Amino acid sequence: MDQIIVQVLNGLDKGSAYALIALGLTLIFGTLGVVNFAHGALFMLGAFCAVIFSRILSLSHEIVDETRTDFLGNPMKIDVPYMHDIFGPELGASIIDWAVPLSILFSIPIMVGIGFAMERGLIKHFYKRPHADQILVTFGLAIVLQEIIKAFFGANPIQTPAPEAFTGSFDFGVLLGFDPLTIMYPYWRLVYFAFAALIIGAVFAFLQFTTFGMVVRAGMADRETVGLLGIDIDRRFTLMFAIAACVAGLAGVMYAPIVAPNYHMGMDFLVLSFVVVVVGGMGSLPGAVFAGFLLGILESFASMPAVVQLLPGINQIVIYLVAIIILLTRPRGLMGRKGVMEE
Amino acid sequence: MSRQNLTRRGVLKTGAAAGAGLALPTYLSAAGHEGFTNAPSGDTVTLGFNVPLTNAYAEEGADELRALELAVEHLNGGGDGGMLQTFSSKALDGTGILGKKVEYVTGDTQTKSDAARASARSMIEKDGAVMITGGSSSGVAVAVQALCQEAGIIFMAGLTHSNDTTGKDRKANGFRHFFNSYMSGAALAPILVDQYGADRKAYHLTADYNWGYTTEEAMASSTEALGWETVNSVKTPLTQTDFSAYIAPVLNSGADVLVLNHYGGNMVNSLTNAVQFGLREAEANGKKFEVVVPLYSELMARGAGQNIAGILGSQNWDWKLENQLGARYSGTNAFVQSFGEKYGFPPSQAAHTCYVQTLLYADAVTRAGSFAPCAVVEALEGFEFDGLGNGPTLYRADDHQCFKDVVVVRGKENPENEFDLVEIVEVTPTEQVTYAPDHPQFAGGALGTCNNGA
Amino acid sequence: MLGIKGKDLSVFILVAVLALLAPFLLNPFPVDSAMAQFNAGYPDLMQRFVIFGIFAIGFNILFGLTGYLSFGHAAFLGVGSYAAIWMMKLVSLNIVPGIIMAIVFAGLFSVLVGYISLRRSGIYFSILTLAFAQMSYALAYSVLTPITGGETGLQIKPGDTPLLSNVAEGEIGRANFFGLEMSDSSVITLGGWEFTMNVGYYVCAVVMIAAFYLAIRIFRSPFGMMLRAVKSNQQRMNYTGLNSKPYTLAAFVISGMYAGLAGGLMVAMDTQVGPERMFWTASGEVVLMTILGGAGTLIGPVLGAGFIKYMENIVSKINSTVLHEWFAFLPDGMEDFLVTIFYPFVGKGWHLTLGLMFMAVVIFLPGGLVQGGQKIAAMFRGKKAAEKDGKTANQQTPAE
Repeated sequence: MDQIIVQVLNGLDKGSAYALIALGLTLIFGTLGVVNFAHGALFMLGAFCAVIFSRILSLSHEIVDETRTDFLGNPMKIDVPYMHDIFGPELGASIIDWAVPLSILFSIPIMVGIGFAMERGLIKHFYKRPHADQILVTFGLAIVLQEIIKAFFGANPIQTPAPEAFTGSFDFGVLLGFDPLTIMYPYWRLVYFAFAALIIGAVFAFLQFTTFGMVVRAGMADRETVGLLGIDIDRRFTLMFAIAACVAGLAGVMYAPIVAPNYHMGMDFLVLSFVVVVVGGMGSLPGAVFAGFLLGILESFASMPAVVQLLPGINQIVIYLVAIIILLTRPRGLMGRKGVMEE
Repeated sequence: MSRQNLTRRGVLKTGAAAGAGLALPTYLSAAGHEGFTNAPSGDTVTLGFNVPLTNAYAEEGADELRALELAVEHLNGGGDGGMLQTFSSKALDGTGILGKKVEYVTGDTQTKSDAARASARSMIEKDGAVMITGGSSSGVAVAVQALCQEAGIIFMAGLTHSNDTTGKDRKANGFRHFFNSYMSGAALAPILVDQYGADRKAYHLTADYNWGYTTEEAMASSTEALGWETVNSVKTPLTQTDFSAYIAPVLNSGADVLVLNHYGGNMVNSLTNAVQFGLREAEANGKKFEVVVPLYSELMARGAGQNIAGILGSQNWDWKLENQLGARYSGTNAFVQSFGEKYGFPPSQAAHTCYVQTLLYADAVTRAGSFAPCAVVEALEGFEFDGLGNGPTLYRADDHQCFKDVVVVRGKENPENEFDLVEIVEVTPTEQVTYAPDHPQFAGGALGTCNNGA
Repeated sequence: MLGIKGKDLSVFILVAVLALLAPFLLNPFPVDSAMAQFNAGYPDLMQRFVIFGIFAIGFNILFGLTGYLSFGHAAFLGVGSYAAIWMMKLVSLNIVPGIIMAIVFAGLFSVLVGYISLRRSGIYFSILTLAFAQMSYALAYSVLTPITGGETGLQIKPGDTPLLSNVAEGEIGRANFFGLEMSDSSVITLGGWEFTMNVGYYVCAVVMIAAFYLAIRIFRSPFGMMLRAVKSNQQRMNYTGLNSKPYTLAAFVISGMYAGLAGGLMVAMDTQVGPERMFWTASGEVVLMTILGGAGTLIGPVLGAGFIKYMENIVSKINSTVLHEWFAFLPDGMEDFLVTIFYPFVGKGWHLTLGLMFMAVVIFLPGGLVQGGQKIAAMFRGKKAAEKDGKTANQQTPAE
């Protein structure tokens, strides 16, 4: 029982990442009708926003310590972060410690800017082009983006730890009446889940309760008619793309402490997020979120030792197997609408 | 000066096509007049450096390439000579190999066996390489080794740790300097028992592919022989990035040690997750919970940051060996010195093994007096040497595996910089990690006969 | 002639001539020159050009004609490869049975995958094929290790003694075509140039020409018309009482068999298989090849395949030493400057160049490389011809 609860928690956590990426992907599909293979790269860029911001915070100058020597026998150089000079060692250190949460603020304008530039500079010209062309151009862009990151940060993963206050685990078991130490769950993953819920809620509220959102939803349903009514739908779609980029970026920022970012993490998520979107149903935002959590939980269950021993290899294929079963029983995924991306 | 002119074919042609417009066709496989593939006939010889330049192991590949370029420089008499000074065999004198200047070509394995073979074949067919080295995974090593066997050139494996490379997939034209899964197990087990006690229950998380299997088998059998119990072992997909679902059940499984049979990105992520789930602070069965990583990679350890503190693992070599354990490991400092002078940081074990392999090849050719693969194989088989950083070493004739001491390391608690992440705990002597050529973990292979390719 | 006529015939003759003369055409630079780095006329790369050409031609029969975008075609290539290597290990070192079995197994597997996946269309179809391919890859890499060799793949080993071939004790069998070994080559030296004629390459080239011929016949047949009808409006087709499913399934299986043929040839040329061959990036690669060259055109996929493989094998091998040699004639400062500029785009940066090329092609040449060729041809022939060309191009790529 306790193991099942742990795996549900794991699934929710994994699911939050899937759901956030799939949400942005669906927004772009649904509103712009564009197959965006660079969406994984946006997630990666978000994670690297956290890396860059913590690098900026820990920018240092060198002090030569004559008392010690490095491996070649030269005097040792020690880095002292500027933050320590400005705010004093203690406050400086805690600002650096909080780099990841702080970088949310840093990443929002950057991701919105990137999204804006991408849509205006590139994607806009591909609305009327076949999906195949969209795939080629966004895939090319994804490669270029990750190669640029690789050129600056190398190919190795870069640890971007969560603040000291969030390390360690929360004892869920006690809360639910189990023995202590049976259900432990890391704080930061709980934070991630809460954060994801917040973002998803915000996006839904935005679309549901604002005039802007109403127009966008109308545009998703019938773009032509909305255009005929004299509404400049294109402008709104640009902003929608920027929001989608921002959601992917924020998902990446907060994910950085969970899995150390590297330049190809976007590609690792790309295929999975497409599966999530399609299982959820094209053009359906609730579908994408629901499918994200569903696949996350199933993946976690399939990884349990007992399950793997029963069905060897099930953990490797569970997501794809579930996707096949769902698509065969429900033609348009869980909540898909008729006619979207079916041609 | 153009590089192509240095290859066998370039030179062949200069002679053949001097006056006549059209020479008679010559057969490639039988070319070279000396009866072996790509026999160098000019005043240069070409080596092929096939390393991962893209994908997850690009940093390891880059470090290998640095070391290989350094090796070429030293062989041609440049720089400070590095390990040529300390190498027990004095056949090399800094005038290239057999008086021929060493040239090299590079290629990208992408850590995929197909791409690695394509790259290696272009080196053999287009550039006339006589030897190929490098690589950062066993899949690639086995694939390229088989290719070199067919084509009739020598393969000096880079970083490859699976038992299979010199076990069931061993080949006469292939040689491995790097240690293997069995040696990791044999070296680590006594130290683990020494540090954590003989009454331990281990939980294995294993990457679901050949290297993972051989490592798990080696670790489990070596530790069980000394009293440990293996509680469970779970396979994890290679493409997994978030290991939470595998880590979470560990604490309640009754185990008190977690063995992570993961490498590279897998290792960084699973270790990070293990720390997140508080395994390092946990207690089980009344003992402190421990995590073990059988194969350490300093480069990837950088990616794991603070999380490796206090975690035991094994390495083929470490740049601090000679400083800490004395002259037995001579050569280490010479290499670190010239590498550090040139690039500004100490070399990794991947860099070391590639550098040494290149030197060993050059030395074998010089001692044999010929580039012919069979002559090189004969010179390397059963070759005993010293002064290349690992202490006295034997290239065993039966399986072309090097036998030498294995370094057991532990992640430093307070590393001073990103290159000094591990401390040496102990060095397990050669005798303890030596096994019979027909050991069950290595069964099912045959070297075959050496192939000159003619 | 041969049942094809007009423009198709000239395209076919062009492809045949290019394929047969490739050893000469791909080695345009004397071996001694600095440009020799760009020579692609060595057996391995030439074989890869035509093998991936076959793969892309087959993929185009499905995607170019019906518009169904499969994201799992690499699985068929992989299945074909595994079938072929087992034939060589167990039955005969002659490549013919291996290649036949590769086609058969890939065909059977594609019947299964196609039958299920074709119940959906659009992106749902793409994800279904992707799911099958990813499952094949994951299982081949791990649980199926006893059959597939897992990570280290399968090779012919000294202990392998195929039933129908005589292999001496301890020898490693070599792939052959009725006694002609695939690795045999002869080198023709002509002035400063050198050309390698390789048996394996010519086997591949002949197969590719045959495969290309078959593709033309399919494109121009009533069956091909039917497939185009599926692409332009499947619903209307169904309303007229035609069941389109058997046609699409046939197209799917044919393209799966092409993939199997490519897989079998890969093993015949280079006797080893690894599971990465089935990873989604490999499936993605053939999609990119086809779109890059020009989906729906006859020659486009072949061009796209050649382009990507050239980048992968030639550009990735340029290192800083090579760059320094190229620019050695310049003053030192200039040389270093140019090397610094070019270095990020070659060697380990070849992915960057590839990505930029993808973007450039799709932005400036919406019809793929084929359109680029047509533009250049039109420039030479003047305006009138250009208009005519534009028309034919439109015919070849019906609106999607």
